Amino acid sequence: MSSLPLATPTLHDPAWLRRWALLLAVAVLLWPLLVWTEFNPATLADARSLAATWRFVRDFAPPRHDAEFLTLLAHETWRTVAIATAGLALAWVMAVPMALLSTARLSVSALASRMGLVPAVLRQGVRAVLIVLRSIPELVWALLFVRVVGLGPTAGVLAIGIAYGGMLGKVYAEILESSDPAPTQALLRSGAGRLQALFFGALPQCGPELVSYTVYRWECAIRSSVVLGFVGAGGLGQQLDNATKMFAGAEVGAILLVFIALVALSDRVSALLRKVMA
Amino acid sequence: MTAAPVSPSAETPRIAPLAPTVQLDRLSVAPAAFTRAAALHELSLRINPGEQVAVIGASGAGKTTLLLALACALQPLAGEMQLLGHSPWRLSSRERQHLRGRLFLAPQVPPLPPRQRVVTAVLAGRLPSMGLWASLRMLWHPQNAGVAHEALAALDLADKLWDRVDRLSGGERQRVGLARALVSQAELWLIDEPLSALDPARAQQVIAALQDYARRDGRTLVCSLHQVAVARERFARIVALREGRCVYDGPAAELDDAALQALYAGDTEAAPARTTPLPPSDLAPQVICR
Repeated sequence: MSSLPLATPTLHDPAWLRRWALLLAVAVLLWPLLVWTEFNPATLADARSLAATWRFVRDFAPPRHDAEFLTLLAHETWRTVAIATAGLALAWVMAVPMALLSTARLSVSALASRMGLVPAVLRQGVRAVLIVLRSIPELVWALLFVRVVGLGPTAGVLAIGIAYGGMLGKVYAEILESSDPAPTQALLRSGAGRLQALFFGALPQCGPELVSYTVYRWECAIRSSVVLGFVGAGGLGQQLDNATKMFAGAEVGAILLVFIALVALSDRVSALLRKVMA
Repeated sequence: MTAAPVSPSAETPRIAPLAPTVQLDRLSVAPAAFTRAAALHELSLRINPGEQVAVIGASGAGKTTLLLALACALQPLAGEMQLLGHSPWRLSSRERQHLRGRLFLAPQVPPLPPRQRVVTAVLAGRLPSMGLWASLRMLWHPQNAGVAHEALAALDLADKLWDRVDRLSGGERQRVGLARALVSQAELWLIDEPLSALDPARAQQVIAALQDYARRDGRTLVCSLHQVAVARERFARIVALREGRCVYDGPAAELDDAALQALYAGDTEAAPARTTPLPPSDLAPQVICR
């Protein structure tokens, strides 16, 4: 065998210049945005700002806790949880088929060559639907559905279901696409169906991420149901709206404590589910 | 420099009466989709039903590309390919997927998702022959655990049946991937480097299990190997590739040490070349390696 001269490898990281250039580009782009939005953290520490904040917050304590109000609060909390859960269930039912249609991970036609025309068009069509669903805020959907089904929780459920269906569908598809393709491809290449490849190849990898994101979206739906309460969808949001309009700080404080408790609950549920599925 | 190809000799044995499992005619294949540079060049090959063939060659010789092409995972750039009597790239997508269900490719790195139980990973080899509901029921409660247990026992891994694949060692994971092949009901098994994570003693056991199962169930076995000694000892027929070209296709016994040294040293002039005829047999390979 003839011996070839070996090139001495450079000890300088060839990627360092690109990293610094990227960092500089981000800074150059971000700075005008901060200037344009008049972002100034020093304002937060200003004495006048602090006094105004204190005047707003001091009425929150102690939170109202008489039996009559707590009964009403429990009833509205249940209604909020019901709106968020039913809305998310509707979103899930819409999102799962659209995620499966829009992800390329389960494509049989793309296994060995370019994806077929019909599947590619279908995929882009579903992605377009997901964009429309999630780009219209749930508040606008709620205003629309209040006109269709009237005031009440149903409008809230439909608004959350449709807007969150778009978000879940997009993120589910992206979680599937970011998984290791080897297990899914191996199953598809040996003749398994798409759903079999999903259940036996992709879900064992992505299950915890999908569950974690779904629980996080439930948490977001709880917060969204507050906004929807402002347009008559009922629940804690409507109570919060009434309390702020009547300057009832103690009621606002109590309602905010319930929200903190619900978010903490969702955090624990998510942690528990991830532990079970780890 | 060009490889020393083997031409069909006048003494080439008679063509087997059975329809071939694999029939390649001047097949050129790129190593990945959307790549135009071929990793396999004008390969012609015939493999009969029930045959067991070892594919050898240095890294980058085209062994994996050959197996991927035979698994319908890569579309050829040129040439003809017949698998189980079908030309896969002339079939509709649905028909080709059905054909894929009759082939089984075991990649070198076992494609096992984390968190999956060994029993599920093994029985996934039977998915193509199962309906969706039956496969979902299997996730809930595997009815065919005995089949998986038998395959794992053949690979000395029976005690891991209910373990999770991500808690196994590299060698154990590789054997789980091979157990999936053993339970698969495919007619053509394509096994890529099955011994890469195994010690020599275990390697012998695994190859023996693969061959015994294939023989028992009438499967055709094509196995790429870096362990030339194992290939020569265990397989009657060897196909040697170098730089994407077939440089030898014949009995293992005729592949001598000098030829092997030339094959792996990259000395194309001294490439192994089969010149003697194969023994007549119904399952004897037709030497058409060009």
